[in-house]
Amino acid sequence: MANPGVITAHKPEKPQQTSHQISRVFSKYGIFLIFAVMVLGASLLSPAFLSSTNLINIVRQMSIVGLIALGVTGIIVSAGIDLSSGSVVGLTAVVAASLAQSPDNTSAFYPGLHLPLIVPVVAACFVGALVGLINGTLVAKTRIPPFIATLGTFTAIRGAANLYTGGRPISDLTDDYDFIGQGDVFGVPVPIIILVVMAVFTHILYAHTKFGKYIYAIGGNEQAARVSGINAARYKMLIYVYASFLAGLAGVVVSSRIGSGQPGLGVGYELDAIAAAVIGGTSLSAGGIGTVAGTIVGALIIGVLNNTLDLMNVSAFWQQIVKGCIIVGAVILDQLKNRGGK
Amino acid sequence: MENEYVLSMEGISKQFPGVRALSNVKLNARKGKVHALMGENGAGKSTLMKILIGIYAPDSGTITFKGEKLNITNTNYALSKGISMIHQELSPIPQMTVAENIYLGREPVSWNGLVDMRKMNRMAAELLDRLHIKIKPTAKMHELSIANIQLAEIAKAVSYNSDLIIMDEPTSAITEAEVEGLFNIIRSLKAQGCAIIYISHKMDEIFKITDEVTVFRDGQYMGTDDTADLTDAILIEKMVGRTLTDMFHKETTDMGSVFLDVQNLSGKGFRNVSFQVKRGEILGIAGLMGAGRTELMEAVFGVTRTHGGSIHIDGKAVKINSPADAIRGGMALLTEDRKLTGLYLNASVRENMFIANIHNYMVGPFIHFGKIGKDCERMRGLMRIKTPSLLEIIKNLSGGNQQKVLISRWLLTEPDLLILDEPTRGIDVGAKSEIYRLMTEFVRSGKAIIMISSELPEVLGMSDRILVMHEGDKVGELSRAEATQEKILQMATGMSLTA
Repeated sequence: MANPGVITAHKPEKPQQTSHQISRVFSKYGIFLIFAVMVLGASLLSPAFLSSTNLINIVRQMSIVGLIALGVTGIIVSAGIDLSSGSVVGLTAVVAASLAQSPDNTSAFYPGLHLPLIVPVVAACFVGALVGLINGTLVAKTRIPPFIATLGTFTAIRGAANLYTGGRPISDLTDDYDFIGQGDVFGVPVPIIILVVMAVFTHILYAHTKFGKYIYAIGGNEQAARVSGINAARYKMLIYVYASFLAGLAGVVVSSRIGSGQPGLGVGYELDAIAAAVIGGTSLSAGGIGTVAGTIVGALIIGVLNNTLDLMNVSAFWQQIVKGCIIVGAVILDQLKNRGGK
Repeated sequence: MENEYVLSMEGISKQFPGVRALSNVKLNARKGKVHALMGENGAGKSTLMKILIGIYAPDSGTITFKGEKLNITNTNYALSKGISMIHQELSPIPQMTVAENIYLGREPVSWNGLVDMRKMNRMAAELLDRLHIKIKPTAKMHELSIANIQLAEIAKAVSYNSDLIIMDEPTSAITEAEVEGLFNIIRSLKAQGCAIIYISHKMDEIFKITDEVTVFRDGQYMGTDDTADLTDAILIEKMVGRTLTDMFHKETTDMGSVFLDVQNLSGKGFRNVSFQVKRGEILGIAGLMGAGRTELMEAVFGVTRTHGGSIHIDGKAVKINSPADAIRGGMALLTEDRKLTGLYLNASVRENMFIANIHNYMVGPFIHFGKIGKDCERMRGLMRIKTPSLLEIIKNLSGGNQQKVLISRWLLTEPDLLILDEPTRGIDVGAKSEIYRLMTEFVRSGKAIIMISSELPEVLGMSDRILVMHEGDKVGELSRAEATQEKILQMATGMSLTA
């Protein structure tokens, strides 16, 4: 009986309640289940898998792409894309390295330079953020598609990295600097600590601040966000700045890990980062969908997969084929999910 | 009597490339009154409202709000001054919750700078409760029915505590039972002194809830009257500039043989439905939002899967697994949501018209554009489509004209059965009448129509037979003679007829 004052709209009953429920649970936690199954499978296939050295190794290896993927997730959530992050890693790696060479190296980039550790780190993050500002301005102000805008910076920034060093690597870095990529605290490698801190920070930023809400809103329906009084251009710009800032941080980690800043560092990382985000449930087809937790698990899945195949002595070429299949499989899963959710 | 104008727009003009959308129009709204803005599609109502809310800038004219001259350059500014709007095109952010959508752009923040989700959900719950809208604040928008999305948008507009709320077709997606609830909300807003600008094509709503009416025609101001001084006929004449004697053009036609026979069909959103349509007949399908009407027709047309049951066309059993099968069987489907499933927004009017029928215009491997041009030109005249040219990009046309293009598309395929899902949603009265005329002509030539509609006058006026659905079940069938508004509503809301 309809009470005239009360408005309710009728929805058809779902004939298959339980299967609907199951598919919902799966679409929300599916990626975590898959990850758990993979870890279980890997530990059965290879006893070496579960050793703490191996596990730490996996996380350390994925930490650099993981850092980049945190930012890329935000960009994809805003219905954008960033192809430039690998190039940003290259540029920021050489910038940081040039400011972190040993002071007694006579053939140094800037001979006799002796700066506190914070300078190369901040410089790299700043240069990264600057590239992000270019990306963001192009996307938000000129309204060219993000794919094209960041394809441009992808190419140009790699050029800038080569130009800066004349194509040569910058080696002989200070011990302090090398500690970032090679050291550990209580047995935990520093790159992992950096990743965890940034992941927690990014999660709070995306899920619990206005900035985060607006990124999801813009990705979900930019027009709606705009008529709600949100300055969409500003927030789009900011997410590109933040993502490239993280890529800059990744540039620091990667150069200190190998003890050398090379303009060719980070090639292909942008695609690995996108893959991690997509495997983790960030939707390339519809904006407004994606989480930090999903992306971290996505990166871990790639890491565990590579590691397991390594332990089983599968060739690197096969690994690439498997990884490709996983990426496509994840997107198919995402599409099924979106169809089921409707 | 309160006489003060809270809003006064004077001498507003707006020119778009190739079109003069508004020329020197005015609009005055009073505190605590509902002011209707009427006119056909393309008359300039939405343009004026977009100027008021800061989406467009006017070429000339002044806006005075609460005694202050405003230069409204963006939506944020309009909201901060106390003007909010329910947009005609529903604009939720699907992956976010109802509460997040309502408070988008002004989320409560706690001491640590983070968004206070708990407070936001509580505020939304209180708001929805106060408005008697039964939606969970934590539900995701994409989980809601279109009707509930519209109710959430209404709640959002109210939540700004504005002095002026613009409602652009606020009832386009909700059914009559829910409209009454909206009217209660409007009455309490009036009592609080809020002014409302109400845009709707539904005459009964205008007479029920509004105090004054301003009419636009072709971007011109045609006058403002007290609603009490107007009648249907006067209002329509003001809007279209001519008198419409018979809105529906209904004729009784000779029924032929059964064309489509559906037995015990089930699928997502409906169960065990049987019905028949004869040649020369218009079958109306009534029901509330979410009754499964659209789902039923999409299944018959092969868009979605069915299980169980049978479909016969002209007495022959057929399997329809895809829309292509349905089109081969002589059916055509005009979908409910023009933008989502009907139009190629970036293509021209001509492209949109012939796309479903391209095989009829092939000469060998080539498309015969001359013949297409002739047929499209004929449709343009027949449907009175207002477009600068057939090559105009369709998204530049008004909603009513887009709908006419879509109907033309399906008429060009010369189907035996035309399925129309909400064929006149968001369409002005003149265009409506033309669509009714076309429907009548269509069945006169021995073809059939199935029409889903949430507008009861339309269902009653056009249908030979009416099938009523409720939550996925067919709850009854009424002949034209026995159908009344009350009977249909009773069946559609699930009340037993004897109660």
